[in-house]
Amino acid sequence: MTMTEPIIFEYRGSRRQPFTPLSEVPANLPEDALRQDQLLMPQVSELQVVRHYTRLSQLNYSIDTNFYPLGSCTMKYNPRICNRLAMLPGFLARHPLAPEEQGQGFMQCLFELQQMLQQVTGMAEVSLTPMAGAQGELAGVAMIRAYHLSRGDGDRRQIIVPDAAHGTNPATATMCGCEVVEVATRPDGDLDLDALRTILGPKTAGIMLTNPSTLGVFERQIEAIAAAVHDVGGLLYYDGANLNAILGKILPVDMGFDVVHVNLHKTFSTPHGGGGPGSGAVGVGERLRPYLPVPIVERRDGAYVWADESDRPQTIGRLSTYMGNAGVLLRAYVYLRMLGDEGMQRVADFATLNANYLMTCLAEADFELAFPERRASHEFIVTLKKVTRDTGVKAMDFAKALLDRGMHAPTTYFPLMVPECLLIEPTETESKQVLDAFVASLVELRELAYSDPQQLTTAPHSTPVRRLDDVRAAKHPDLAWRGAPKPTSK
Amino acid sequence: MPFIPHTAEDTAAMLARIGVADIERLFDEIPSGLRVNEFDCIGKGLTEAEISRLMHERASADKQPLCFLGAGAYDHYVPAAVWDIATRGEFYSAYTPYQAEASQGTLQVIYEFQSMVTSLTGLDVANASLYDGASAFAEACLMAVRANRKSESRRILVPRTMHPTYRAVAQTILAGQSLELVELPMRDGRTALSALQALATEEFAAVAVQQPNFFGALEPVDELTDWAHGHGGMLIAVANPIALAVLKPPGKWGADGADIACGEGQPLGIPLSAGGPYFGYMASKESIIRQMPGRIVGRTVDLDGNPGFTLTLQAREQHIRRSRATSNICTNQGLMVTAATIYMSLLGADGLRQAALACHANTRALVEGLTELPGITRAFDAPYFHEAVLRLDRPAPELLGALAAQGILGGYDLSADYPELEPALLVCATEARSGGDIQRYLQAAADLLFESGRATG
Repeated sequence: MTMTEPIIFEYRGSRRQPFTPLSEVPANLPEDALRQDQLLMPQVSELQVVRHYTRLSQLNYSIDTNFYPLGSCTMKYNPRICNRLAMLPGFLARHPLAPEEQGQGFMQCLFELQQMLQQVTGMAEVSLTPMAGAQGELAGVAMIRAYHLSRGDGDRRQIIVPDAAHGTNPATATMCGCEVVEVATRPDGDLDLDALRTILGPKTAGIMLTNPSTLGVFERQIEAIAAAVHDVGGLLYYDGANLNAILGKILPVDMGFDVVHVNLHKTFSTPHGGGGPGSGAVGVGERLRPYLPVPIVERRDGAYVWADESDRPQTIGRLSTYMGNAGVLLRAYVYLRMLGDEGMQRVADFATLNANYLMTCLAEADFELAFPERRASHEFIVTLKKVTRDTGVKAMDFAKALLDRGMHAPTTYFPLMVPECLLIEPTETESKQVLDAFVASLVELRELAYSDPQQLTTAPHSTPVRRLDDVRAAKHPDLAWRGAPKPTSK
Repeated sequence: MPFIPHTAEDTAAMLARIGVADIERLFDEIPSGLRVNEFDCIGKGLTEAEISRLMHERASADKQPLCFLGAGAYDHYVPAAVWDIATRGEFYSAYTPYQAEASQGTLQVIYEFQSMVTSLTGLDVANASLYDGASAFAEACLMAVRANRKSESRRILVPRTMHPTYRAVAQTILAGQSLELVELPMRDGRTALSALQALATEEFAAVAVQQPNFFGALEPVDELTDWAHGHGGMLIAVANPIALAVLKPPGKWGADGADIACGEGQPLGIPLSAGGPYFGYMASKESIIRQMPGRIVGRTVDLDGNPGFTLTLQAREQHIRRSRATSNICTNQGLMVTAATIYMSLLGADGLRQAALACHANTRALVEGLTELPGITRAFDAPYFHEAVLRLDRPAPELLGALAAQGILGGYDLSADYPELEPALLVCATEARSGGDIQRYLQAAADLLFESGRATG
């Protein structure tokens, strides 16, 4: 089934009435500064625009339309009320440089969000300015570097990451001028503590960990790891990607972490928006407090004010033009206030219940688990290596065939160390009915893998397009509409 | 239990299937010493009606003054259709389009967005967005250092007329990789070309320039581009996308054009919203695309030969390349890009041009009116687009305070960032300001200035 929609540039129409009054004053701009060519933009009517983008939206899978068990991404329901309230005119119309006294309502929300995130992580203070998880990581590692430098300990440049870590961890360490050292994982899913001890030393700046880890299990030796890293003078960075699993159950500070980032677009249910905007608030313990990125909301004499470089001379500085993704922060604030303390713990309870239930059902149906002896956290890994060996059908084929059944695929081929893996994260907002249907689909697909493998290797069949030619896309990049029709090769 | 669908029967059946007595058992791998005994963070949850009431109170507590403040974020009119469509659940609640077959909507939007950005900038290729203007500039500096094969230099020449926060953010992000920003001085509110002579023998990876610059003034972009290329450097353009509807696109600057263009996308249909989320755009010449950070979407064909879209050139990115990636960026600002694409489609070339010219005309009307008042003059003679600097006979807060009392956000006080200009005020009147709005500003300013004139005279 093919459902293509023309490129917006291919429509023809017009819009006679401008949105705002036309200028009657002639421009007073020097000729040599002006555009000489015609600006190529769509020329369409309002209905054509509305219909085109509505149709395009319908080509997407989304949480609002499909089960979306994408491991490590926490694709839970994004409550509509969070969007509605973050888009109140009083918030939308506020200029970021408007005086503080004209934004006390907004700043109070941010101040309280800072405090809530402090409580949830156990950290001493939080900065909301990082605009995504990766920017939170950058802030965290930059603070670790600043800390060591301030102590005349600038040779500490090694950042240790587990071999199963998300790609942003090593990429961030490089961006901060650090050297990446990988540490292995044991077959039971925990970190190889002996291997870690051989790596640790006077060059250790710190270690970046998620817990529960990217393997969907809780790192049981976390206290020993923290002690070992601290003993050699290193610091511990907590990647909050999997905070959903332990929300209100364990605080990162109690595990020994010195700095954390929280993905508000995962744990606190702000929308992923087709790839952002995210928000990666960072929290730190006392040692790193002076280095937090600015601005930060403070309360002084009953009023909310921005603390900036002049208040915090040791800050690593600014990461965004103004103060981060304010609208995302408001959505997270609304969500947290609705959950309350009990609601937060229930998030962890039911995310964990759903993952363990799904894991049990799949194990009973003879799917092979990557870590069969372990509890699932809020996610878990199935490996299809036996099916692949028997039938040639790969994890990617299962992923594509699930799309035909109206479900988004789990994360495939991550973590890289588990062959033919599916990383499955159902989240707490899915019902038992949905989980049962997912199990039934996977069972049916495995039967098909043995009886009619081609159905899977050629899947998907019912999506707007079929499998795409990625090699052609990379070899002959067509990255922008040029006005001329392009021939399609068969 | 907001947003959790389980009935008591469901929960019981699920626990029985797992073989545990209660949910608590599922946390039994966690060392018991780590468990929180009493979680006391924010108290009881609020109902939807309660939080709704609270947020309405907070939002209405914030004043909504008439905005004549720009300084990098602009109060443009946003057509109703933009956010009605962008917040459809299918866009709002989708993930990054890794599964292309299930994400054609998002992917095609990004392809169309990339097309529009290449049109605006006059460059060959664009990415799917970065976080905001300042962080996009930092990424552009890193990209230039990687892409410049003629020079080993890690220094970037950055004019003092560039947005002060862009320079500050770049400093934060580039510090770890020992890039150095070298300041290019200004004269009459523009980059001083005369200062280049003294730098002729020094090596730079790139020269950056903002058009219009932080003061709204038009820079000598052709000369700067040619100078950069003549000295083995790349040229990084930081440009306001609305202005590019009427100004010469970076790809046409000088003899060979800018190599990289980036900037703040907020003017393209994104509300001011207290500072974000906005988005950064980035475009470049095709020859250096493999050094570009962030997601890129390409058009290709599917198994049946039908056209379709997919993320491409991913060997640059962190999820493939890990520590050797071009950037650590993963999530970008997808939903903002969706809104911007709808915005540009609705306005079209004529609408964008009309909006740009109306901004220019409104700012001229404001500046001409204000400079007729005693004690206010233009700080610089340079031509400006939709912002200009006014020199005042008194500290800016005095005027701003009087305007605020009248419900007017009168501009940006430059004294902290540019003490050498004191006292000076940066003002902006977008197309969303009416003639009546501008009159209100002029009247309020006149009342203050004539009144204090009488008091002292």
